[in-house]
Amino acid sequence: MSNFTEVPTFEGPQCPLPLTHAERIVLGHGSGGRMTHDLIRTVFRAYLGNPYLNAGNDFARLPLPLQGQEVGHLAVSTDTHVISPLFFPGGDIGRLAVCGTVNDISMSGAIPLYLTAGFVLEEGLSLEVLERIVRSMQSAAEEAGVTLVAGDTKVVEKGKGDGVFINTTGIGWIPPDRSPLGGERAQPGDVVLLSGPIGDHGIAVLSARGELGFEAEVQSDVAPLNHLIQALLQAAPHTHVLRDPTRGGLATTLNEIAQQSQVAIRIDEATIPIRPVVRAACEMLGLDPLYIANEGKVVAIVPPGEAEAALAAMRQAPYGAESVRIGYVENQPTGRVILRTILGTHHILDILSGEMLPRIC
Amino acid sequence: MQLWQEFRNAELVHRVAEEIRRLVTRPWVLMEICGGQTHAILQYGLDQLLPGEIELVHGPGCPVCVTPLELIDKAIAIASLPNTILCSYGDMLRVPGSQRDLFGVRAAGGRVQVVYSPLDAVRIAQENPDKEVVFFAIGFETTAPPNAMSLLQAKALGLKNYSLLVSQVRVPPAMHAILSAPTNRVQGFLLAGHVCTIMGYWEYDPIAARYHVPMTVTGFEPVDLMQGILRTVKQLEEGRVSVENAYSRAVTREGNRAAQEIIDQVFEPCDRNWRGIGLIPMSGWGLRAEWADFDAEKRFDLGAIRTQESPLCIAGQILQGIKKPYECPAFGTQCTPLAPLGAPMVSSEGACAAYYRYGHSRP
Repeated sequence: MSNFTEVPTFEGPQCPLPLTHAERIVLGHGSGGRMTHDLIRTVFRAYLGNPYLNAGNDFARLPLPLQGQEVGHLAVSTDTHVISPLFFPGGDIGRLAVCGTVNDISMSGAIPLYLTAGFVLEEGLSLEVLERIVRSMQSAAEEAGVTLVAGDTKVVEKGKGDGVFINTTGIGWIPPDRSPLGGERAQPGDVVLLSGPIGDHGIAVLSARGELGFEAEVQSDVAPLNHLIQALLQAAPHTHVLRDPTRGGLATTLNEIAQQSQVAIRIDEATIPIRPVVRAACEMLGLDPLYIANEGKVVAIVPPGEAEAALAAMRQAPYGAESVRIGYVENQPTGRVILRTILGTHHILDILSGEMLPRIC
Repeated sequence: MQLWQEFRNAELVHRVAEEIRRLVTRPWVLMEICGGQTHAILQYGLDQLLPGEIELVHGPGCPVCVTPLELIDKAIAIASLPNTILCSYGDMLRVPGSQRDLFGVRAAGGRVQVVYSPLDAVRIAQENPDKEVVFFAIGFETTAPPNAMSLLQAKALGLKNYSLLVSQVRVPPAMHAILSAPTNRVQGFLLAGHVCTIMGYWEYDPIAARYHVPMTVTGFEPVDLMQGILRTVKQLEEGRVSVENAYSRAVTREGNRAAQEIIDQVFEPCDRNWRGIGLIPMSGWGLRAEWADFDAEKRFDLGAIRTQESPLCIAGQILQGIKKPYECPAFGTQCTPLAPLGAPMVSSEGACAAYYRYGHSRP
């Protein structure tokens, strides 16, 4: 069954009821998968919806209230960071809070400029720990070239927080000559690029938590990607989509894009880089690296004519040395991601339903 | 080169597929017992490499799927008690009980802890001497040794706050049930490699002989699965009936004697209800009388549990290989991994979840 059109597809209407967890929030609502999407659709968008929010990107692309001159657009994004443990191989919550928002802003094609930070601190947190986190934020901000311009602090009673929660909001500038980017802009024929090995962050955090039952020698990939993105956009100015495969991993990100753009995305399993240690950890726990979080990777969907230049530029840029081409965009079946397995067979790569749970045996 | 990569070698898989194609002269229905194998088959698209004559039907070997509703309701009741910690394999948390699931209990404030091994539950009991810690001991022959071991360890440590909620089932009685049903279509079996690693495969000889059905002990990687299919088809085509071992790197005829002894110290055979199938005589294990103190069902007064299954779910027919998931009217509509009506849509080893996840619809 090598013919693409013969790939089995499942096209059933999605019944909105009964939702098992319609009454209370469960952890699966925060997984970045289908439950998160449903929550956004049924609660947040239902009440707060507007064209900017409804675009469904990690950033909002906003017009400036100025007329008669070409000034470009604003890009705004916000992200709240909760992670246990606060420090993990390759990073910490501070670096994560800065990079996460810098990256979300960068996915609009904007040059990130300013950040704000809101801290929720738990009573009893050691000041030394807080200082380490803030120092790390400073160094990540410096690396990204952004300035932290406003902040806020709240303290909650012991037991009502997990040490530190950090919210960061970022503002960036999209130059007027830049063509708009967004998850809805992928087109048949486009090439799908990935900036390096997947799964490092998720496995590094699991390992730091002691949840693997063994220690995996792997560092989180948490990094600011704005310099890589600027280099990529210079080489491939007509890039259609940029998105960082964070929660829910590469599979979820590709599904989001396929659905937003109403296209099919076909990827080749053999081309997706995964470090042996990440693969081994996933094998042992029954996890799928395609669904594991990354914090320093980008998926770029570019027109075929600019793909080679884009790839070359990415490989030259910081955090992009291991960039690869992993697939392409097609017309049909719309909204679907199809994986060509290492055996040459094909299957649908679905979006994660809720929390990813380790297998029994 | 990692070991598993050799067993995912595309060239080898295609070569075996070619051999199967050459061998087959007429239609055969094979059943893989184990849910892990079902998922591997769909994940690698192995069914796409087989000739049209070979139909794979999926067996009841998903421990999450066959755990009876009554026990899930009991687990939910225990987790809802004050001062208890229910420890469970992660897969069980999303399985719907009559009213709710364990995720819901956790969101409502109950202590439900996901563990990777029952020995983690023993450690939790040690660290929380003022709490009752219950491990939800579900599974086939594969989970029985560690579950039994956790009791031996708890006893050695003198723990009084640790107990098991047992729903331990065995493969051979389920095969009897499938093969003796008038609706049976299965002509050959792929035996679950992990189960045979523990138990060996001697106990399948009488089943193969009685029902005249060939079997092959099969592993979980693409090459293993294709080999298992090849050797079963070869037996069928040649009119032979025996139990062959295509997973000899892990399985011996006798199995793991040490593990069997540990099972025997703690468990004894008993009747078990299988979700969606019903009571199968002597199809599981329960705690021996001398371990009654560690039996959560005896330790907690849970009152009368009244169960209610979804009338739409056809899990029983799916688990016996009579119907395919897409033949269920609720599949993908009223029943999805997010809002499952039955366990096979929940577990990472459930056939319905596998069909949904890998986009398998009616051919």
